[in-house]
Amino acid sequence: MLTLVVEQVLNGLQLGLMLFLLAAGLTLVFGIMDMINLAHGSLYMIGAYLAATVAEASGSFVAAIVAAVVGTAVIGMALELTVLRPLYRRSHLHQVLATFALILIANELVRIIWGAQPVALNMPAALSGPVELAPGLRYPAYRLVVIGVGLAAALLLYVVVAHTRVGMWLRAGASDREMAGAMGVNTAWLFTAAFGAGAALCAVAGALLGPLLAVQVGMGENILILAFVVIVIGGIGSVRGALVGALLVGLLDTAGRTLLPALFRALAPPAVASEVGPALASILIYVLMAGVLYFHPRGLFPARG
Amino acid sequence: MTAPPGLQVHGLRKRFGGITAVDDASMTVASGELHALIGPNGAGKTTFIQLVSGAERADGGRITLGGVEIDGWPMHRRVTQGLARSFQISSVFPAFTVLDNIALAVQARSQGRCAIWRPVVMRAAWFDQARHILDEVGLGARSEIAAGDLSHGERRRLEIGLTVATGARVLLLDEPLAGLGADESGPVIELLQSLKDRTSVLLVEHDMDAVFRLADRISVLVSGRVIATGTPLEIRAHPEVRRAYLGESTA
Amino acid sequence: MASALHIRLHPLPTLLLVAGLAVLPVVLTAVDQPFYIVLASRVLIYALIASSLNLLIGYGGMVSLGHACFIGAGAYTAAVMVRAGADIAWLTWPAAALAGAALAAMIGVVALRTRGVYFIMITLAFAQMAYYVVVSLRVLGGDDGLTLPHRARYGFGLDPGSDTVFYWAVLVVVLLLMTGMRQLLNAPLGRALQAIRDNDTRMEAIGFPVFRIQLAGFVIAGAAAGLGGGMLADLNQQVSPSLLHWTQSGTLMVMVILGGAGRFLGGVLGAAALLLAQELFSDVTTHTALGIGLVLLAVVLFAPAGLAGLWRQVAR
Repeated sequence: MLTLVVEQVLNGLQLGLMLFLLAAGLTLVFGIMDMINLAHGSLYMIGAYLAATVAEASGSFVAAIVAAVVGTAVIGMALELTVLRPLYRRSHLHQVLATFALILIANELVRIIWGAQPVALNMPAALSGPVELAPGLRYPAYRLVVIGVGLAAALLLYVVVAHTRVGMWLRAGASDREMAGAMGVNTAWLFTAAFGAGAALCAVAGALLGPLLAVQVGMGENILILAFVVIVIGGIGSVRGALVGALLVGLLDTAGRTLLPALFRALAPPAVASEVGPALASILIYVLMAGVLYFHPRGLFPARG
Repeated sequence: MTAPPGLQVHGLRKRFGGITAVDDASMTVASGELHALIGPNGAGKTTFIQLVSGAERADGGRITLGGVEIDGWPMHRRVTQGLARSFQISSVFPAFTVLDNIALAVQARSQGRCAIWRPVVMRAAWFDQARHILDEVGLGARSEIAAGDLSHGERRRLEIGLTVATGARVLLLDEPLAGLGADESGPVIELLQSLKDRTSVLLVEHDMDAVFRLADRISVLVSGRVIATGTPLEIRAHPEVRRAYLGESTA
Repeated sequence: MASALHIRLHPLPTLLLVAGLAVLPVVLTAVDQPFYIVLASRVLIYALIASSLNLLIGYGGMVSLGHACFIGAGAYTAAVMVRAGADIAWLTWPAAALAGAALAAMIGVVALRTRGVYFIMITLAFAQMAYYVVVSLRVLGGDDGLTLPHRARYGFGLDPGSDTVFYWAVLVVVLLLMTGMRQLLNAPLGRALQAIRDNDTRMEAIGFPVFRIQLAGFVIAGAAAGLGGGMLADLNQQVSPSLLHWTQSGTLMVMVILGGAGRFLGGVLGAAALLLAQELFSDVTTHTALGIGLVLLAVVLFAPAGLAGLWRQVAR
C-alpha cells in the first residue's frame, strides 16, 4: 500500500513538474504581454520532434535535448518577432484566433515534414531499467531523471526570476507593464527573450516526455489545456502560482485516476462504479479549477493588482 | 437640516492588506442637501465612494438609504434603491451615441428594461426623457455623436448626465470637475447647483472654490476618519481642519 | 433615432435570399447534384450555431472557447431520444435546445464570475470536462459515440428519409431563430448585452443586473447551439465526442471572426465561407488545415472586421 502511494506521488510529481515547465513560459508571456498563446503547445510538439530527429541521427539523447532546446528557442523567438508582436495590443479574441491558426499551421507542417505516423524517441538505454529506491520499491530510472531535471529547471527558474535583474524586470512587467516601461526596461528585447526562454522550457518538457508519451501531431494541444488550467489556478503571471498549480494538478490527476475508481468500486455497485469512477477521475482537475475560480476569480496568487 | 436623512453611513471600515483606507467613518447626507467630502490626497475619499456605492465590500459598518439598510447589496441594487455614483475617470459607452448612452440609464429604471421583444427604438418615452436630460447637461446638440468621440469636458458632462438619468435620490459625485479648465468648469458648477433642488448629493471634489460655493455642509476626511462636519463657515474656522488639511493645501 | 444599434434587414435582398434558399434543393436535384443538399443543410445548421456564438462574442463581449459543449449536449440528447423511440423532431430538437440551455446555465453561473482571459480559459475547461465525461461514459458510446437508426420524424406525412425534407425543416427552424435573434438584439435585453460589452462597470453603476443579463444571453446562446446539435445528430445520423472537441469550439470562433464578429450575418457568412472552402479544397489537397490556418492568420492580422467588414470596405 505504501509503495503504491509513493509511486503515485512520484508520478504526480513528474507530471506536475513537466506541466510547470510549460506553464512557467505560458504564465510569463501571459502576465507580461497580456497575450494568450494557444500555440505554446505547438512549441512543445516541435521540441519533441526535433529531439526525436536529432536522437535518431546522432544516437545521443543529451545532444537531442540540447538541439531541441536551441532549435525551439530560435523558432519561438522568430515567431515572436514576426507574428505575435503585432498581436500584443489586440483583443484576446484575436490572440486566440491567430494562435489557433498557428496550431493548424504547425500541425500541418509537422505532418508534411515528419508524416502522420508517430515517430519514435527512445530513452537512453542506461536509464531504461528500474531503480530500487527502498526494499520492495522499484521505480523507473528514467522517470527519476525526469523528476530531477524538472526540479533543477524549476529551481533555476526560481533563482532567475527571484534573484536576478532580468527576473526583477520580468516580475515588474508581469505586475505593471507601464511601470516596467517607465523604469527604462527595454521591453521589446525582454519580450523576445522571455518568449525564447518559454519556448526552450517547452522543448525540455517535450524532449523529456517524448519517450514516455507518443511523439505525434496534436500532442501539444492536450497538454496545453492542462497548462492553462495550471496557470489559471495559480493566477496568471505568477511563477510561484504556476508551480503550486502544476503540482496540485499533477498530484490530483494522478491520485484521482488511481484512487477514485478504487473508491467507487468499494462504495458503489459495479455497474455504476465502472462508469462514474473513470469519468469523475478524468474531470477532477477541471472541477478543481472551477472551484478555485469560484472563490478566487483571479487564481490563487494573482500577480496583478 | 431637519429633513429625514437621505444617506447615513455609520462606522464604515476598509483595510487593504496592512493599510487602513477607511477607519470608522460616519456621516449623514440629509435629504435635499449637497454635502461635500473633502480631504488631502490619500485620505480615503475614493475608497469611501467605492464602499458606499457598492463597488467594493466594506469590512464593517452600516449604510442606510432612506432608512433601508443596503450593506452588502450589489451596486445595481443600490442604484435601483436610489443611490447612484459618477466616476472620477469618465466611464461611458464609447460605441453608443450620446443619446443612446442616456437612454440606457433611463431604460435601467423603466418597465421592460430587460424585455426580449419590442425594439428599443419603438420606446419613444425613453428617448424623450433622455433628450430632456441631455438638454439639462448641455449636450442636446451632440446627441447623435458617438460618446467615444466627445471632448474631455463633454464626457465629464455625459458622466454626470448618466448618473442623473438613473433617477436616483442620492448622487455620489466623484470629482466631477476633474481635468476641466476654468471655462469648462463654470457650466458644470451651474449644473451641480441645479441638482440641489431635486436630489441629495455627496460631492467629492478638489476644487475648493466650488466646494465652498456649492456645499450646504462639508465633511473632512483625514486618514480614513471624518474629523469634522459643518457648514462651510464652521469648517473654515475649525482649528483641527485648518491644521490637518487647509493649512497643508495653502502651504 | 438610435439607428446605429438597430439592426435593419432590407426587405428585398432578404426576401431574395430566403426564396433562393427555399428553392435550392429543387435546383440541386434538377442539375443532378443532390449531394449538395446535405452540405447545404450542414451550412444552415452551422450558420445557426456560429450566430449563437456571435451573439456571445460579437454582441455580448463574452469570448467563450467552449461553445462546442452545447452542441454536444444537444446532439447527445437528440440521439438518445431517437434511439429510445421518442423520434419526433418537434420533440428531440426542443429537448436538444433545453439540454444546451441547462448546461449553459450551469457553466455560466461559474464562468460569468470571471472576466477576460479567465473567462476564455474557464469556458474551455468546462468544455473539456464535458468532452471527457462523454468519452468515458459507456452509455454514451465512449470514443465511438452513438449511431441513430434513422432521422427523427416530422409527422404531417413528410418523409423523414428525404434529404430535401430535412433541409426544408432545418431552413424553417434556422430562419425562425435568426428572426428571433434580430428581434432580441433590437429589444431592451439585446441593447443591454451590447452595452455590457462596451462597459460592464458602467452598466452596473446605472442599475443593470449585469451578471443576470449576461447569464440570460449565455443561456440563450447555449440553447441555440444545443438545437443546432440536435439537428446535426439527425443530419449525420451519428454523434461522437469529436462534436465537443475543443478544436470545434476554436473552429466556431474562426467562423465568427471570419464572417465578422458583432455583425448580424457574421456567423452565417463565416459558417458558409469556412464549410464551402473546406469542401472545395478537400478535393485538391489533404492539407486544407494549412490553408485555413494561413487565411485565418491573415484575416486576424490584416482584416480583423472579417468578411462582413471587408464587404463594407469594398462597398464604400
